[in-house]
Amino acid sequence: MSVGFVMLVHTALNRAEQVARHWATHDCPVVIHVDKKVKRADFNAFVESLSDLDNIRFSQRFSCEWGTWSLVEASQAASELLLQDFAEVRHVYLASGSCLPLRPVEELKEYLAERPMTNFIESVTTEDVPWTVGGLDEERFTLRFPFSWKRRRRLFDGYVRLQRRFKFKRKIPDGLVPHLGSQWWCLTRQTLSAILEDPDRATYDRYFSRVWIPDESYYQTLVRLYSTNIESRSLTLSKFDFQGKPHIFYDDHMQLLRRSDCFVARKIWPYAEKLYAGFLSENPALITGAEPNPGKIDRIFSKAVERRTKGRSGLYMQSRFPNEGWENGLTSAPYAVFEGFAELFEDFEDWLTRMVGARVHGHLFAPARAEFAGGQSVFAGALSDSAELRDYNPRAFLTSLIWNTRGERQCFQFGPRDSQEISWDLAKDANATIAVISGAWAVPLFYSNANFSSIRKEAALLQKIEADHLNALRSFYAKARVRIWTLADFVENPMEPLQTIIDELGIRTAHRLTEAPRMVSLDGFGQFLQNLKNQGMHPHLMGDFPVSNTLKHGKDKPRKPYLVK
Amino acid sequence: MSTLRNERIRLPFFLKYYRDLGVNHFIVVDNNSDDGSREYLAEQPDVSVWTSSASYKRSRFGVDWLNWLARRHAHGHWVLTVDPDEFFVYPFADTRNLRALTDWLDASSIRSFGAMLIDMYPKGTLDSQPYHEGEDPFEIASWFDSGNYMISRNPRFGNLWIQGGPRARAFFPDNPARAPALNKIPLVKWHRAYTYVSSTHNLLPRGLNLVYDEWGGEKASGVLLHAKFLSTFAAKAEEELERKQHYAASHEYKAYAARLKDNPDLWCKWSEKYINWRQLEILGLMSKGNWA
Repeated sequence: MSVGFVMLVHTALNRAEQVARHWATHDCPVVIHVDKKVKRADFNAFVESLSDLDNIRFSQRFSCEWGTWSLVEASQAASELLLQDFAEVRHVYLASGSCLPLRPVEELKEYLAERPMTNFIESVTTEDVPWTVGGLDEERFTLRFPFSWKRRRRLFDGYVRLQRRFKFKRKIPDGLVPHLGSQWWCLTRQTLSAILEDPDRATYDRYFSRVWIPDESYYQTLVRLYSTNIESRSLTLSKFDFQGKPHIFYDDHMQLLRRSDCFVARKIWPYAEKLYAGFLSENPALITGAEPNPGKIDRIFSKAVERRTKGRSGLYMQSRFPNEGWENGLTSAPYAVFEGFAELFEDFEDWLTRMVGARVHGHLFAPARAEFAGGQSVFAGALSDSAELRDYNPRAFLTSLIWNTRGERQCFQFGPRDSQEISWDLAKDANATIAVISGAWAVPLFYSNANFSSIRKEAALLQKIEADHLNALRSFYAKARVRIWTLADFVENPMEPLQTIIDELGIRTAHRLTEAPRMVSLDGFGQFLQNLKNQGMHPHLMGDFPVSNTLKHGKDKPRKPYLVK
Repeated sequence: MSTLRNERIRLPFFLKYYRDLGVNHFIVVDNNSDDGSREYLAEQPDVSVWTSSASYKRSRFGVDWLNWLARRHAHGHWVLTVDPDEFFVYPFADTRNLRALTDWLDASSIRSFGAMLIDMYPKGTLDSQPYHEGEDPFEIASWFDSGNYMISRNPRFGNLWIQGGPRARAFFPDNPARAPALNKIPLVKWHRAYTYVSSTHNLLPRGLNLVYDEWGGEKASGVLLHAKFLSTFAAKAEEELERKQHYAASHEYKAYAARLKDNPDLWCKWSEKYINWRQLEILGLMSKGNWA
């Protein structure tokens, strides 16, 4: 009762020699197939280096190319030789030259001896396989693939398209149900010999020799004909990236590999000295007796795939610069924009800071400079407050700010006096919560000491800018959470909207607001608007402000901060 | 591969740094140094030195020299093209050498690898901590800007154009368009048909410039830590300004000279102190991509 290895070797012969020697000296016969592309001199040296071991054989050499039948041919020839020359072998383990045993051979022998009839081969029907790359799963079995994918990609793709166009289909031999799986298996003598000695083998071989990547389907399909005792998993730990290429293990994976409890891992970087030295030593610490558990390793590799395909949302950097619409979130975290609040309330920023415990900035897009919280001239990530730098690339400014402050909610003021280039980005960003008191930009004008004609001019300009901005916020493309009140509606009953906003920010207060910000006095504001109208302008964004002075609050002046029960 | 002039003081650390990463051979063009740089390099067993006294500017800032040498000698090799003040950092640089990276790039059919320039600076004025030969420059210039970079696409060559960092913040706050480009593609599996166009910012054919993902994912990338802002900088800036051999009428150096008079401190309270590549990857300045 024993296990023998079939080893397919292409490169890094010195490492293959080390591993083959390890197995052979632990009483496991090894049959090695060396790619015909390996130079004769190298091959001879390789054979010579292992000549001191009598349980190592070299099988007939084929020229191997990834994805082609040659790999199956190679493993067939080597398996036949192994079964024929080493009668005591019960399990045959297919490995590659870049495999590395992670646990002592004795443990593998025991493990297999306890499961004498079990075939370890991943074998899954095509419908259940999510990991095929390039959209070829079912079609691997029904189309023809005479051209090399590696060397003649255009012909390969063109021929696939041609066959699809003419709905060409090959017939799958009777009785075969296509299965796929990892090409690294461990089969019993009984099953493997049944596959190799089948009277119909010539038919199957002819069929599979034109299948795409047959080494992932030949044994995986045929094994279903001869055995019911199949553990559909590979004993070899092998991880694939998003393009179907195997991940490579390095010295820094030592601990992970140890903890995986798998028997064999591939693919090992040939220069990973520590891995080879560590795992090929007779280290009793390696004996764990545990079931293979690749889960821990899975996590870091699936994270790598996710990073490569989805990336970190809201991050723009040298190797992630998504096309419009592919950002997977324009920014990295939720933030809030307040428009008109700082104009209407004297102490809005301080008040908001107290209420929500977020970072509250002034007008970040103000014409003179970015008004960072606390009047800082540089902010997180060393963002400069220079208006020129900001306006040079406003989107980069916003996304950097939100990225740099991950973990801390950002709030800032915005309005029609600010640089508007960011307007659409704000509207389209699902992370933005935007609260607008439309028309509030008129309040500072009301208080300004300028000539009325210039006030009128500016009011017209600001109104137009805000109207454009509101159109963006209300457009079909807007994804931000937007709330808009007219100035008139808002001052009618300010507490309710303020409560809503704070609740939506949902940071600190689960309770009712106890303190309101101080609103500037609007006495005479109605008349001010009427004056604008009389000058031929039509201020409409404020809503309906009664001309007759002051609203109902007008009497009790000077206004005081009021408490709400 | 590198081109340099009067960088003798930097060379010992430079060579050691890259030898430790696993560079087998250095190809250097010496542009008429008179400080012993050439003699020092010629003594090294793994350095090939070419000398030119021709104009740096007219060789398109050394690019023509290096393109020619690469065509002659680098075909089929991985080539890292850096200035003597640029230090390549890549994912897993502390546990895997350059060969691990290039083997992985080969296995992944990737021909070029991006590494943006990160300007490093000391805390305090530039002249307050003098740099000595052989020293790790990042013991002094250990700070950097972590999140003030601006990116746009260069429609002509398809590369990203990155600006920002302390140079934009301190020297070009009023004229950001002039701020120097920080995007670099220093590591390329060279083919004799390739060519660098403008410094190592972009190459032809254009496909080599696609070191970034456009569909939301992250490709693997590294950085070049830029040890420009050391005590040696003021003298260098003055010399370069006098020689008038730099890009865009030496506009960059004029801006430096203007600011250097006030002996600037690039450090601010939001500056980040350099620890290792993992920090840079968490900050989003580089990425492991799908290398795990």
